Amino acid sequence: MLTGLGITAGYQAPVITDVSLTVHPGQTVGLAGPSGSGKSTLARVLALLHKPFAGTVEIDGETVTGFRFRAAQRTRIGVLFQQPRLSVDPRFTLRQAIAEPGGDRVGELADLVMLTDDLLGRRPHEVSDGQLQRACLARALALNPRYLICDEMTTMLDASTTAALVGVIRAYQRESGAGVLAISHDTTLLTRWADETVRLSAPLPR
Amino acid sequence: MVNLEIDRVSVRFALKGATVEAVNDVSLRIRPGECVALVGESGCGKTVLASALLGFLPGNAETSGSARLGEIDLLAATDHELATTVRGRRIGLIPQSPASHLTPVRTARSQLEEAARILGGDARQAAERAGLLPEHLDRYPHELSGGMAQRVANALALVGNPPLLIADEPTTGLDRDLVDGLLDEFRRLVDDGHAVLLITHDLAAAHRVADRIAVMYAGRIVEAGPAHEVLDASKHPYSRGLANALPERDFLPIPGQPPLLTDLPAGCAFAPRCDQATAICEDRPVLTDDPHAVACHRPC
Repeated sequence: MLTGLGITAGYQAPVITDVSLTVHPGQTVGLAGPSGSGKSTLARVLALLHKPFAGTVEIDGETVTGFRFRAAQRTRIGVLFQQPRLSVDPRFTLRQAIAEPGGDRVGELADLVMLTDDLLGRRPHEVSDGQLQRACLARALALNPRYLICDEMTTMLDASTTAALVGVIRAYQRESGAGVLAISHDTTLLTRWADETVRLSAPLPR
Repeated sequence: MVNLEIDRVSVRFALKGATVEAVNDVSLRIRPGECVALVGESGCGKTVLASALLGFLPGNAETSGSARLGEIDLLAATDHELATTVRGRRIGLIPQSPASHLTPVRTARSQLEEAARILGGDARQAAERAGLLPEHLDRYPHELSGGMAQRVANALALVGNPPLLIADEPTTGLDRDLVDGLLDEFRRLVDDGHAVLLITHDLAAAHRVADRIAVMYAGRIVEAGPAHEVLDASKHPYSRGLANALPERDFLPIPGQPPLLTDLPAGCAFAPRCDQATAICEDRPVLTDDPHAVACHRPC
């Protein structure tokens, strides 16, 4: 179980206050809410990429003790971001990007996300957003995460690529029992993808 | 008011040892008072086509064909002509991710007033029309939310009152309410007699606002026609697959991946992914010449 308990977090001023959320193994939880409601902030806290002002994160019963570069447990959580182009080192080929977390499963992972040998030899600027997001998914799955956090993963993608990547994630969940937190402002997508959807309310005007 | 007549436009990029065929033989007409959506997956050549119309292609690009806007051929015009008579004056561009297109060290107001001065428009009126309050204009780009940055981009594109607007993936990253507001704004512009070319991978947005939809695959237009017909009664297997992949429909991907633009098949580029394909598809299909046009030997 991936749990955030009473999370208050933000950047100088809090963006989310006393928010709790649980993702069970094998479950897909949708997280919706308007721009600025703190969806990404909550995602970054649960991915151990951002230290909350208050509250705790637990992974399978263990309380998380360190965030960002002190996060020893982060390999149990995979993350996908909205803009694949900002999350891959532009000097890497797709093959190097997928191999970056370590492990020797590049071929297997590339098959999973349907990247051909030719595409694996290319660098980010030589492929489309959809192809690059496929590589990011392969990279996120490289260490067999127990939980996967997808922060607006499909924003840059067309309908067919969206359906393809959600299909890959569902297959991984069936095989591994991983839990997924799917963040999107597209409620139609979440209705189809998630088992249940949590909604963050609009931010207070500042 | 004049039509934009895109006639057999191709764009190629010369790379070391390879040629990228980004846009192939595209013809499209956009009339005043009409919104045409160009849809297709990322990397299919949509943005390259828009860049070609505005003279924003990099140096290694070669173009052929013509794109006439009244008496001017956008592909043959010099950069000076485009800068002094076309950009902002006859064609307004709403770029992808507007926040990153604004100058970060100047307020929205100073950028809008500069554009108004050079293009001869009215900054206050443009801001008002785009739904911006005076206090928003005093912010720097990093202080604007996505929706506000979008409105600044709209005001900048419209301040010179251009008859044609090109919007490149304007809905990406906006939440549903903001998307709906933006599409309503496009609709108002179209009803006022503007022509709008909406470039998007968001089929729902295209369906909502466009009069006609052109579907692009591997640099070619494979289907073009009235918006509801193209999405609800698709003739091309690719358009049908794309529409059926929507989460409110089958939510199933089209099998396979698009071909590399450096290595396009001689025949129909979609044939390797198509369950209807036969030997005849080794010949390239031609886009038919009717109101609901399709380039397929075995249309649905």
